[in-house]
Amino acid sequence: MKLDSKVPEGPLAEKWTRHKFNLKLVNPANKRKYEVIVVGTGLAGASAAATLAELGYNVKAFCFQDSPRRAHSIAAQGGINAAKNYQNDGDSVYRLFYDTIKGGDYRAREANVYRLAEVSVNIIDQCVAQGVPFAREYGGLLANRSFGGAQVSRTFYARGQTGQQLLLGAYSAMSRQIAAGKIKMYPRTEMLELVVHDGKARGIITRNLITGKIERHSAHAVLLCTGGYGNVYYLSTNAMGSNATAIWRAHKKGAFFGNPCFTQIHPTCIPVSGDHQSKLTLMSESLRNDGRVWVPKKVGDTRPPHEIPEEERDYFLERKYPSFGNLVPRDVASRNVKYVCDEGRGVGASKMAVYLDFADAIKRDGIDVIRAKYGNLFDIYEKITGEDPYKTPMRIYPAVHYTMGGLWVDYNLMTTIPGLFALGEANFSDHGANRLGASALMQGLADGYFIIPYTLGDYLATIGWNDRISTDHPAFAEAEQEVKDRIGTLLGINGKKTVDQFHKELGKIMWDYCGMSRNAEGLKGAKEKIRQLREEYWQNVRVGGTNEELNITLEKALRVADFLELGELMVDDALHREESCGGHFREEYQTPDGEALRNDEKFAYVAAWEYKGPNQPHQLHKEELIFENVKLTQRSYK
Amino acid sequence: MNFTLKVWRQKNAQSKGEFKTYHVKDISPDMSFLEMFDVLNEELLLKGEDPIAFDHDCREGICGMCSMYINGHPHGPGQTTTCQLHMRMFKDGETIVVEPWRAKPFPVIKDLVVDRSAFDRIIQAGGYISVNTGSAPDANEIPIPKEVAEAAFNAATCIGCGACVAACKNASAMLFVAAKVAHLALLPQGQPERKRRVERMVAQMDAEGFGACTNTGACAAECPKEISLANIALLNREYLAAKLTSEYV
Amino acid sequence: MNWFIKAFTSTIGRKIVVAFTGLFLCLFLVVHLLGNLQLLANDGGKSFNLYAKFMTTSPIIQTISILNFAFILLHIIQSLILTFYNRRARPVRYAIVENKSTWASRNMAFLGTFVLIFLVGHLAGFWWRMKFGEMPIVGIDGVQVKDLYRVVYEAFSNLGIVVFYVISMGFIAFHLSHGFQSAFQTLGIHHVKYTPLIQTVGWLFSIIIPLAYAIIPIVMYLRNVN
Ligand SMILES: Cc1cc2nc3c(=O)[nH]c(=O)nc-3n(C[C@H](O)[C@H](O)[C@H](O)COP(=O)(O)OP(=O)(O)OC[C@H]3O[C@@H](n4cnc5c(N)ncnc54)[C@H](O)[C@@H]3O)c2cc1C
Ligand code: SF4
Ligand code: FES
Repeated sequence: MKLDSKVPEGPLAEKWTRHKFNLKLVNPANKRKYEVIVVGTGLAGASAAATLAELGYNVKAFCFQDSPRRAHSIAAQGGINAAKNYQNDGDSVYRLFYDTIKGGDYRAREANVYRLAEVSVNIIDQCVAQGVPFAREYGGLLANRSFGGAQVSRTFYARGQTGQQLLLGAYSAMSRQIAAGKIKMYPRTEMLELVVHDGKARGIITRNLITGKIERHSAHAVLLCTGGYGNVYYLSTNAMGSNATAIWRAHKKGAFFGNPCFTQIHPTCIPVSGDHQSKLTLMSESLRNDGRVWVPKKVGDTRPPHEIPEEERDYFLERKYPSFGNLVPRDVASRNVKYVCDEGRGVGASKMAVYLDFADAIKRDGIDVIRAKYGNLFDIYEKITGEDPYKTPMRIYPAVHYTMGGLWVDYNLMTTIPGLFALGEANFSDHGANRLGASALMQGLADGYFIIPYTLGDYLATIGWNDRISTDHPAFAEAEQEVKDRIGTLLGINGKKTVDQFHKELGKIMWDYCGMSRNAEGLKGAKEKIRQLREEYWQNVRVGGTNEELNITLEKALRVADFLELGELMVDDALHREESCGGHFREEYQTPDGEALRNDEKFAYVAAWEYKGPNQPHQLHKEELIFENVKLTQRSYK
Repeated sequence: MNFTLKVWRQKNAQSKGEFKTYHVKDISPDMSFLEMFDVLNEELLLKGEDPIAFDHDCREGICGMCSMYINGHPHGPGQTTTCQLHMRMFKDGETIVVEPWRAKPFPVIKDLVVDRSAFDRIIQAGGYISVNTGSAPDANEIPIPKEVAEAAFNAATCIGCGACVAACKNASAMLFVAAKVAHLALLPQGQPERKRRVERMVAQMDAEGFGACTNTGACAAECPKEISLANIALLNREYLAAKLTSEYV
Repeated sequence: MNWFIKAFTSTIGRKIVVAFTGLFLCLFLVVHLLGNLQLLANDGGKSFNLYAKFMTTSPIIQTISILNFAFILLHIIQSLILTFYNRRARPVRYAIVENKSTWASRNMAFLGTFVLIFLVGHLAGFWWRMKFGEMPIVGIDGVQVKDLYRVVYEAFSNLGIVVFYVISMGFIAFHLSHGFQSAFQTLGIHHVKYTPLIQTVGWLFSIIIPLAYAIIPIVMYLRNVN
């Protein structure tokens, strides 16, 4: 099968406009004859569901939380980018495009990224109209802050709760459509299988998390907006329930998986405090606007921070990257934090942390200004660590945060299964090998509000409203049976190890060998370890209770089973990509001063993996990336 | 640290629940309350008992999913969410009593998990601004004074956890409803639907069977997002004004 | 009218009625107190009895008094309905409750009930008797008036009644300590500048007014004993 990205012809800046004109439309009266399934109610899913319903389609929306408002997007803190250039500091659609392509280390599709930058401005308009209370200046106009990887201030924010405010906006738009009867909402419902017939996506199989009932849902198209799979590492900044099941099931039914190994490790998270740790908490990147990152110059310096004099401190980011300083992109920052900790200069009890110090900012701007900007983040930090960051510097360490990889999609956001679309973090996305801060919210909303309404219409108009199968169709029965069998097997094993124990082990393998830096030998070993772990899982996992009840262990067990398969593919992908780019750092490929060394000759492509059946190796398909508008250079933030 | 836990166990919505006592040992003071429950649940699972079901997701204090009533307080001592509550807040050896949120509109689903969909229905009744995608004017077209934007933001930070209902002796949802009404009533974008919104949301709140506000202030004292009682006054005012002046009979 | 009924049978609407009538009753308390203070005038009840006659015969006062009764009734009915709603909203109680609120605010219904009991006794003893019962007559400046002063005087020479009165004023004080400021909140009056003021006034009101009421029977009793 040949991958067709469907990128339209024409100059970069006109592609989307032209494409929109060329797309087929569904006549308003016919829209109500179509049914669309939206799995996930994060920024991508909620915005898509609301917009499609406004257009007149019948939408069924699903999430595993008790309310669509609790999707993981709610946790995003720092902000959302848009090329509004309200600050008159030289921003433009083209600059946002350029920064994103460069930030992604030239592993994203130009046309998609340009479109993202183009619609970014509409997102802010839409959100403000919905009542999203973005930060404002005294004059009443919108305020901006700067974020890593950019030299302009283009990030819109709502204190440290931007994701929450954006999601509540999308959720309220969705609520309006639920009340209008255009969206049927299924909370506490998990998608466990995709139904494919005749090569097209036809519906999904779900489990009601309260009653355990397995249900069939049929539709003309299925949108997966199920977020990222960072929880494959067990510890991450993702919510506890974030999972790969929806996209992994789709992958096994024929959707290619793009760049699975591209994982973002966020530099500023609260360090692990012990084995009991269940998740990691992000401290927004915006903190790096005012906080200075440092460690002691001496190895093994155990003095408390305030006793270490200025000249014995190493502000290593400012030292190595004078022009971007503390605001270098995430991958660069994380890697450098790892280096200084590996050198033995880490701080805190575990020595796996560096300081993020606000003393200078407080001296310069006063404590009130700092409190106004970051108060809630400082509070979170204090609650978790019991330390007061106004007085002692924060301790931070990198943690898994975002997955750039995901289902491969074409320019229309359609996967390799016709009728199956992927939006938001669930697709392999526009961020290449590294995502810039404040760009995920932008992408999720761009996909949902401004792209899918057009491209989905084109697909639906093409197939016509008759092209749908009923839930009585054998394809549904078969998919349902698969799900029931899987559940039955898991419940029947009754082994000796808990699901969490397996998950922790998997996470450790992934973090050690497929984390911040990777090498061929480690990856090969990891692959073997994952296989063994997976085998053991299916023989020795313990899942108590029954299917016909709220069974929290069963929910986890199904998710971890999929992580155990996905983990191996990530390792495969990391192994095959013999270069370093963005978040993917292969130790064998680095410049003399330790920066990522890309290999554009051989690897300027999207790796799209095809599932070939149980215990068969995946097949690699390459979508060559063609850069017509930017010149590939070594990313430099010096 | 060691603790004795008395936890409400209830198989499902129909069955009658009861308290069960558990002992947990070697708990680190740095653990969060939910991590302590994780430890307990792992033990229960290995012993062949049913783990305790509880709601949680983000574990960052923002999704509003976690919801335990601990020693007489929603989300336990201190003004925080259950997931952000740490064991260092308790005394070694203490007995901790954990119950689900209790309110008629929040029926127990299992153990500590309750159904809060009533909140969603209140929002569906009018907690939005009707603006279709694509029809918005430029974001800077209407300036909003910083103070107004901040006040709206403060109200909008409500995470919909329901601790206010759990805390209130009347199981009233006024703080939650007030937060949303205030958020939208303060903003210029919220003006066109201002009256209709408050009338419909309050009607839905009543229909769900929440109690009435008697201004005890327990809700605001427990709200993890420090939503202020001023919002309830605003809601009362909005409601009265809407009822007296709106065109909806 | 439908909208009107709907408005004032909603939870907020009922609360607004309770608040509005409550504030009116606060005003009544002040007026009533001013009248009662004349009991202490030491003129053998002359001014008090004249005042009592005026209060029971003036048509304006009669109208206000009917309104007053209506408000008391409304206050009680709406409160009872709300209390019923509130009980119903939590069918299963908590095992442990450590509510972060004042005792008075949580026990308004209980306090109110006691106030009602007091009110019934009070009305039966004085108001009913004055209006419909047997009253001693006294001549003031040649006019025959009902000697309410005497009735009060006799009642307050009974230690039991005095104690009952003083305790009741305690209940009223608690009821007011929450009710006064709460009424403003319910009517939507909340402002960074004025709310602290309202709260202070509320506290003072809930202490001074019941105290002043309580002083009357105490003083009268002591005078009598001496
Ligand atoms: C702590 C944190 C802070 C962040 N801060 C920022 C920031 O400042 N700026 C920025 O741009 N980005 C930020 N990000 C990234 C950004 O928040 C996410 O990438 C983005 O919100 C993802 O949105 P989404 O709609 O794709 O998925 P999500 O919001 O993750 O939603 C997933 C949805 O899918 C549902 N779901 C998942 N699996 C299933 C299933 N099997 N069945 C049914 N439903 C399912 C879930 O219920 C949920 O509704 C942050 C991320 C984290 C973790
Ligand atoms: S008002 Fe506070 S307590 Fe109530 S739901 Fe919102 S955040 Fe929770
Ligand atoms: S788990 Fe999200 S707020 Fe506690």
